[in-house]
Amino acid sequence: MKVSESWLREWINPDIDTQAIVDQLTMAGIEVDATEPVAGAFSGVVVGEIVSIEQHPDADKLRVCQVSGHPDGEHVQVVCGAPNARAGIKVPFATVGAQLPGDFKIKKAKLRGVESFGMLCAQTELEAGDDDDGLWELAVDAPTGTDLRDYLNLNDTVIEVDITPNRGDCLSVRGLARELGVINRHPVNAAAAETVTASIKDALPVALEAGDACSRYLGRVIRGVDVSAPSPLWLQEKLRRSGIRSIDAVVDVTNYVLLELGQPMHAFDLAKIDGGIHVRQAKAGEKLTLLDEQEVELAEGTLLIVDNSQPLAMAGIMGGLASSVTAQTTDLFLESAFFNPLAIAGRARSYGLHTDSSHRFERGVDYQLARDAIERATALLLEIVGGQAGPVIEQVNDQLPAPASVVLRRERIKSGLSIELSDNEVSDILTRLGFAVSGTVDGWKVAVPSWRFDVSIEADLLEELARIYGYNRLPTKVPTQSMTIQSHTESQVTLTSLRRHLVARRFQEVVTYSFIDPKLAAQFEPEIDPVALQNPISADMAVMRTSLLPGLVTALRYNLNRQQGRIRMFESGQKFVPGADGVAQTPTLAGLVYGPLADENWADSTQKVDFYDLKGDIESLVGVTGREAELAFAAGSHPALHPGQTAEVILGGKPIGVIGAIHPVLQGQLGLPDGVFVFELALNNLLEARVPAFNPLSRFPAVRRDLALVVDKTQPVNQLLQSITDSAGDYLSDLKVFDLYVGKGIDPHRKSVALGLTFQHPSRTLNDDEINGFIDSVVADVTQKYGATLR
Amino acid sequence: MENLAALTEEALKLVDSAEDLAALDKVRVEYLGKKGQISAQAKMLGKLSAEERPAAGAKINQAKQQVQERIEAVKTRLENAAIEAKLAEETIDVTLPGRARDAGGLHPVTRTLDRIAEIFAQVGYEVAEGPEIEDDQHNFEALNIPAHHPARAMHDTFYVENKHFQTSGGSYVLRTHTSPVQVRVMESSEPPIRIVCPGRVYRCDSDLTHTPMFHQIEGLVVDKNISFADLKGTVDQFLKAFFETDAPVRFRPSYFPFTEPSAEVDIGCTQCHGEGCRVCKHTGWIEIMGCGMVHPNVFKSSGIDPETYTGFAFGIGVERMAMLRYGVNDLRLFFENDLKFLQQF
Repeated sequence: MKVSESWLREWINPDIDTQAIVDQLTMAGIEVDATEPVAGAFSGVVVGEIVSIEQHPDADKLRVCQVSGHPDGEHVQVVCGAPNARAGIKVPFATVGAQLPGDFKIKKAKLRGVESFGMLCAQTELEAGDDDDGLWELAVDAPTGTDLRDYLNLNDTVIEVDITPNRGDCLSVRGLARELGVINRHPVNAAAAETVTASIKDALPVALEAGDACSRYLGRVIRGVDVSAPSPLWLQEKLRRSGIRSIDAVVDVTNYVLLELGQPMHAFDLAKIDGGIHVRQAKAGEKLTLLDEQEVELAEGTLLIVDNSQPLAMAGIMGGLASSVTAQTTDLFLESAFFNPLAIAGRARSYGLHTDSSHRFERGVDYQLARDAIERATALLLEIVGGQAGPVIEQVNDQLPAPASVVLRRERIKSGLSIELSDNEVSDILTRLGFAVSGTVDGWKVAVPSWRFDVSIEADLLEELARIYGYNRLPTKVPTQSMTIQSHTESQVTLTSLRRHLVARRFQEVVTYSFIDPKLAAQFEPEIDPVALQNPISADMAVMRTSLLPGLVTALRYNLNRQQGRIRMFESGQKFVPGADGVAQTPTLAGLVYGPLADENWADSTQKVDFYDLKGDIESLVGVTGREAELAFAAGSHPALHPGQTAEVILGGKPIGVIGAIHPVLQGQLGLPDGVFVFELALNNLLEARVPAFNPLSRFPAVRRDLALVVDKTQPVNQLLQSITDSAGDYLSDLKVFDLYVGKGIDPHRKSVALGLTFQHPSRTLNDDEINGFIDSVVADVTQKYGATLR
Repeated sequence: MENLAALTEEALKLVDSAEDLAALDKVRVEYLGKKGQISAQAKMLGKLSAEERPAAGAKINQAKQQVQERIEAVKTRLENAAIEAKLAEETIDVTLPGRARDAGGLHPVTRTLDRIAEIFAQVGYEVAEGPEIEDDQHNFEALNIPAHHPARAMHDTFYVENKHFQTSGGSYVLRTHTSPVQVRVMESSEPPIRIVCPGRVYRCDSDLTHTPMFHQIEGLVVDKNISFADLKGTVDQFLKAFFETDAPVRFRPSYFPFTEPSAEVDIGCTQCHGEGCRVCKHTGWIEIMGCGMVHPNVFKSSGIDPETYTGFAFGIGVERMAMLRYGVNDLRLFFENDLKFLQQF
């Protein structure tokens, strides 16, 4: 909300400067977003009157004006190009020597041979408004020769405040003044609550038919108004400084009262109202064309103002077009009501509307304010558009809110805020804020004023005390706790340690969006129907990822497009996989490698990463948990991965994820290069660690024997290793694959696997015969099982 | 005996001119070996008288020793030279870059989150996490934000289609803050509670200063006798620790439905130290986090008695902290995943 400082000072004028007001509001919880001068920096501009005007002899678009208002008292000649320049109007007149915004100095000039002594200005040229349509026409009664800044009170500042949703009571000049009054212990000059005596008897019947949704409704008939009468300058200026355009006097007055007092009002064309006013909920199927000319189908339960035949307005949100005030209107029906916040909250939004009125009603409008507001508006209207006012019609039902009563305990102030306020201070602060305070044995009973919808419990009162006392004056300490030693498990590793391990293995962490393009999701996992957003920010961020791989591949493409040739990245985060039991939100760790194994260097850097490099990364990563012995890989499948280069990762007998090369078809679709390898692992299982258990060391020598076994090319080596482990006896202490050979000298359908077997006995030296025996049984076993031959 | 001097002279010459250890050894054998020429002189001692013998023997020994010493000296010289030569030959250019020297790195958001969590872990805060697709109950209702509350407009919420959920009628959203984790922890554990809850959060907003996904870390302390002063002290000390600065910290009244009293926290601008600059919009202050005392309604909906326990909560925008700490000037960089950006952290 924007409000000008001068308007605020009409209500409260403490002896402090603008910055102090801004600081006070900010520190009281009313954040000031911005302050800006109401007009640009200029001087030497006076109210001028165009006394006479004639065409420039040599220019079609220029005219030569004789302007009065110069401090010398003389008429001065000014050449002007504005289309609305004409004799008799009053305009801002920048005299020779004037300084205009943007460091622009007015000098004597010759325009097409005619001398000009000054300049007539538009609003924009003075940075005093947005009106760029020619000269700024001032009021006819503007005093010629007066300095424009004085006349329009332009030495003023607009203060823009950002009011939190709880403080609807501050959405008015009066509300802000009230706060400043409390802070400064300074009286607030409430605008005189003048009562306008009825001069006619006209009234309309009003019926409240919506229970607590509308418990108070005031109306008033005003007959014989002249809607064509313009709003006075002071009114227009106040609205302008609050960011509201002047429309016509009737709308301007209701807007003015809304800004000044915080009471949203509405004016109907009396002639369009059939019979009387009813406040009721909408029925299914009802329709209403609103002021903004859109026809809406009303949802059941929407609060309406209706007459005897049809809906007139959406209560507290927006008036209807048919009953609105027009240039032809001569009689008004003025509305000032209390609509319950719950009846308005969310309604405007459900129709895609947001109005100054709904904004206030849904936050709470003072339920005792309606009468002051209707009197204020009537007085202003009679002054501006004339007419005769009828009596105020008021309907109140028994559901009008009663002042909330809140118990405040002395002890809670101390324990909650760590201060001891004297009883006097407490009741002083609360009373200044408008609360009615009465003492009890251990504290106070506090009645909440009708404008404070945000105070209903003790904690709310603590905040009020803290706010006015000053948050920054409150003491500061830290919680104390006993130095109890907490349990500390060793059988868990943290995600942090896994991340650090990957970083040490030269992976860069990335963070990609959790929502991805549905097309991409389908390309990776066509069989999964992902969780879709109802209101995505864009079509390519419309479904929740069911895998981290699409995000990694997207990041890969982004970087490939930026000349990165070697990429190693990982991400951790949740993925969202729908299943029979709802959506599994699984913490996941995924990675991607592409390009040369080593970064480019002066030695060999041509070798590309492959499956086994990434597999080694995973094996090493699992080493963080100490469970590498439980890790296994089996040929696996994944729709996005190469069927011949994909493994299921198994830890402790449970599948935990997948590793493999991107499927060539997907690779083609996405325009990816060859050699992109990825992994994706469920994190939960990976966070379980093995607590080490000591194995006695053997002091006796180990003996190694190497075997080269020739087996079918398709024979998985891990089966060989498993069989050897089983058949080599108890003293096999290590088993390594140290070479793999295919090619010359070997059947093209077979491969040679070179194995190193190390034997060691815990308590003696093994002799050759024993070892030969182990080797013989190994060879016999693999020969029988896998048709292996010794090379 | 007369040629002993000549032999010695001859041997010393050969020793001096030996070019390698083999040549040197050859000289040694030739003159000092069992059949060496100088050794052979000893055989002639027998021909001498008993009186002459000792002096002549001493001379021979002296000569042997002289040659032997010279041999040792030359041997040392030759060995040193050989080592020098080997070292010279083996010398490499140590200024060439090492291999596989590229380092990986953590994302700046992770780095910042870890740092924040570590600061709080020092005094016993544990890390708690929760789901990112939340139900309306935990994201809003339990946090004292009923449907149609104007505060819901403060959160531009992403709603998810709930066909996949075993829904009891409530709607599902992408959590708009990490506060639902507070609720989940309070529902399932007894005070005292000291937790930080890091994670991704989502708001339907995207422009220069907003990304539809960002990170928060939420803190919660629940115990007996926790006061607003404890909150102030904790936040103040945390900010000073995080920024490693003694910058002033101020608290402004604010509004969050789930805390009462609520505060917005500003820190003296870390760029200009309060002088006023672009970063602080010339106010000297930077809005850094929101906090407050846990609202009694939140306690009630989480099964904690607000008469017995009090608590405070705070929420920190992680990207904002990272931007201020590391001087990053564009929020969107965090999620573009440009390696050139990420590798700076």
